[in-house]
Amino acid sequence: MLARAVTHALVGLEARPVEVEAHLQRGVPGFAIVGLPDKACQEAKERVRSGIASAELEWPLRRITVNLAPAGLRKEGSGYDLPIALAVLAASRQIPPERLAEHAAVGELALDGRLRPVPGIIVAAEAARRAGLGLLLCPLESAPEAALAGIEPVPLRHLAEASAYLQGRFRPAPVEPAVATANGSWPDLADVRGQERARRALEIVATGGHNVLLGGPPGTGKTMLARRLPGILPALTLDQALEVTRIHSVAGVLPSTHPLIDRPPFRAPHHTASAAAVVGGGRGPRPGEVSLAHHGVLLLDELPEFQRPVLEALRQPIEDGSVALARAAGQAVFPARFVLVGTMNLCPCGARGDPSVECRCTPQKLAAYGAKLSRALLDRFDLVVHMPRARGRELDAAPGEPSAEIRARVEPASGRLRESRPSLGKEGRDLLTRAVDTLPLSARGRARVARVAATVAGLAGAESIEPAHIAEALSYRAPPELAP
Amino acid sequence: MTYPSVSKGGRGYPPLLAELHDPPARLFLRGGSMDVMALPAVAVVGARSCSSYGAQVAREVARELSAAGAVVVSGLARGIDGEAHRGALAAGGLTVAVLGCGIDRDYPRAHAELARRIAESGLIVSEYPPGVEPSPWRFPARNRIVAGLARATVVVEARERSGALITADFALELGREVFAVPGEITSALSAGTNDLIRQGATPLLSAGDVLDALGLERAPPAPPPDLSPEGQAVLACLSSGALTLDEIVRATRVGSAEAAVALTELELAGLAVHADGLYRRTTGGRDPPAVAG
Ligand SMILES: [Zn+2]
Repeated sequence: MLARAVTHALVGLEARPVEVEAHLQRGVPGFAIVGLPDKACQEAKERVRSGIASAELEWPLRRITVNLAPAGLRKEGSGYDLPIALAVLAASRQIPPERLAEHAAVGELALDGRLRPVPGIIVAAEAARRAGLGLLLCPLESAPEAALAGIEPVPLRHLAEASAYLQGRFRPAPVEPAVATANGSWPDLADVRGQERARRALEIVATGGHNVLLGGPPGTGKTMLARRLPGILPALTLDQALEVTRIHSVAGVLPSTHPLIDRPPFRAPHHTASAAAVVGGGRGPRPGEVSLAHHGVLLLDELPEFQRPVLEALRQPIEDGSVALARAAGQAVFPARFVLVGTMNLCPCGARGDPSVECRCTPQKLAAYGAKLSRALLDRFDLVVHMPRARGRELDAAPGEPSAEIRARVEPASGRLRESRPSLGKEGRDLLTRAVDTLPLSARGRARVARVAATVAGLAGAESIEPAHIAEALSYRAPPELAP
Repeated sequence: MTYPSVSKGGRGYPPLLAELHDPPARLFLRGGSMDVMALPAVAVVGARSCSSYGAQVAREVARELSAAGAVVVSGLARGIDGEAHRGALAAGGLTVAVLGCGIDRDYPRAHAELARRIAESGLIVSEYPPGVEPSPWRFPARNRIVAGLARATVVVEARERSGALITADFALELGREVFAVPGEITSALSAGTNDLIRQGATPLLSAGDVLDALGLERAPPAPPPDLSPEGQAVLACLSSGALTLDEIVRATRVGSAEAAVALTELELAGLAVHADGLYRRTTGGRDPPAVAG
């Protein structure tokens, strides 16, 4: 006897349909899974057998072969448990095969038959919808996420519920679709007193999507400011929110209580993070921090402390806005368009930029510190913002402008800039040329200044880049020791 | 590649250098010729790990000496030495770098590009033939040549018992003028220079002090710059010392963006410099750019 269930295999951010065929034959009782299952998928045998027993259903005493087709596609993870169990139940006619055929199914089984969420539900649900299946059997916790795909989820707690539902004896409660409301909020720039310089820089960064390097001695609020950048970024469109949600789902970090990520994400990996954790890789493969920060902010706190291979691996995503990860069957591509914020001390001892302490770093140590960051990476920072230690008066400063007010300037300006870039006239070009002649400013530095000046002009609502815009942009240029 | 050289007693050997107690028997040359030594030479030396203030002073003193027609001599080291060479180059002047290693070596490596620029217009010299590796014990010997080539020596920043003080000692032995830039009494970087002043070195308050001692005319001062109102306000508030941009914003009530514009105007006009988040006034000046749109 033969029965089929439909599920999906994740390939990067895509899901490919997989047919789960259960074949029961006479012979010595046994259970085999074929069709390129990985270790976690192979172990489904134990979970499925135990789950069916726990659901007080019958384990068929036959020679059972489960085939996962197409055979060439590697099946990774535990999400095949539910479709395998259902195919076995349908093949032994404990549930009607024709009812099962109207559904897609995904979910992991616990040994006691309970259903557990797996990564990538929204992606699988979207693929099921595209394949013309309107119903998805899935774990209860995953149902709001599946509903985002415009499919009707069938939320299930236990394998017994799944069989009861397919037998027509049980009707699960309908799932409320997740509504796009702000889930909490990022810390607000109103908390930051003073820091006019850095606040203005963040506004430019948010408007133009520029990468920014914050340099200064410890304790001047570099990290505190960086954490407040997502709160002034333009709001995500629904399409962007779904894209971010897919990535977080596939990475298995989506909160089940509020599955739609509807505000710019903020990621801050620790400096000990591996290259695979930062840019993606491993089994699956799994998206890295650069992709989790897609349409949001990636903070690399203490940039020179990161391992050199990690920093080198960042270059491709910064350049391309995506990460291509090689895997056995071709390539998985994850989007990775983020605003990069780096922070660093100005020297190993941290005293530079602090008027009250004297730097004791030797020239050799200083040179080694700068050399940790490759020119190619430093070139990607359009703005360098110095955050020297204030001499006591900052605390008297008034509370800062709230993030919402800043965002109200950023959003229209970034919209204008997407439509048309302000042009650089003769006066602006002359000023740039004078800057190259007079200051330490390289040709690449000049291009960065021109990019920032265009954003400054956009914020001012100007159609062309005026000398004042160039002059402000020049004040964010990298110091010669970072970008000669 | 072969390098020209001059020998003691031979043609082109600088007479001032011959006054040393143990002058080098032979000097190898890279770039130009000993003709540059016909101009009055001033050594500008100091700490390798200097403060940004010290770097600025070295650059400006060298720039003004150079603009007045002096040759700036230094040791191509990091910190003050490098800034002194850069200041002279920025003024379009001549500068001489004395190496403590083989004439073909660029040490430190980070100064290879600087060495190339020095050799283009000025001169690099060493008493060591090609191939001799840099080594710390050769640096005092290098310092005697720096002092020997110059009619006066300026020490910008120096810790106690540092190499720059050795240069000053050689200059004093030769009976040449020694200037020291006074510094904060709490700063280790000024301990050596302040001590030199106590021992009788002339405190250097401007490059003009050196020019007067050498009998050189000061370069004509820059015409009063035509600055924007914000530029004038920011420049005025920098008179009290180095400030961060936020401090400038608070002192002048000029907005952050406008203050940044004004500071770029001052930087391009040569009236202010920026290092590590602190902005300082300079003594020089060029025509300011028109930044107000
Ligand atoms: Zn330090």
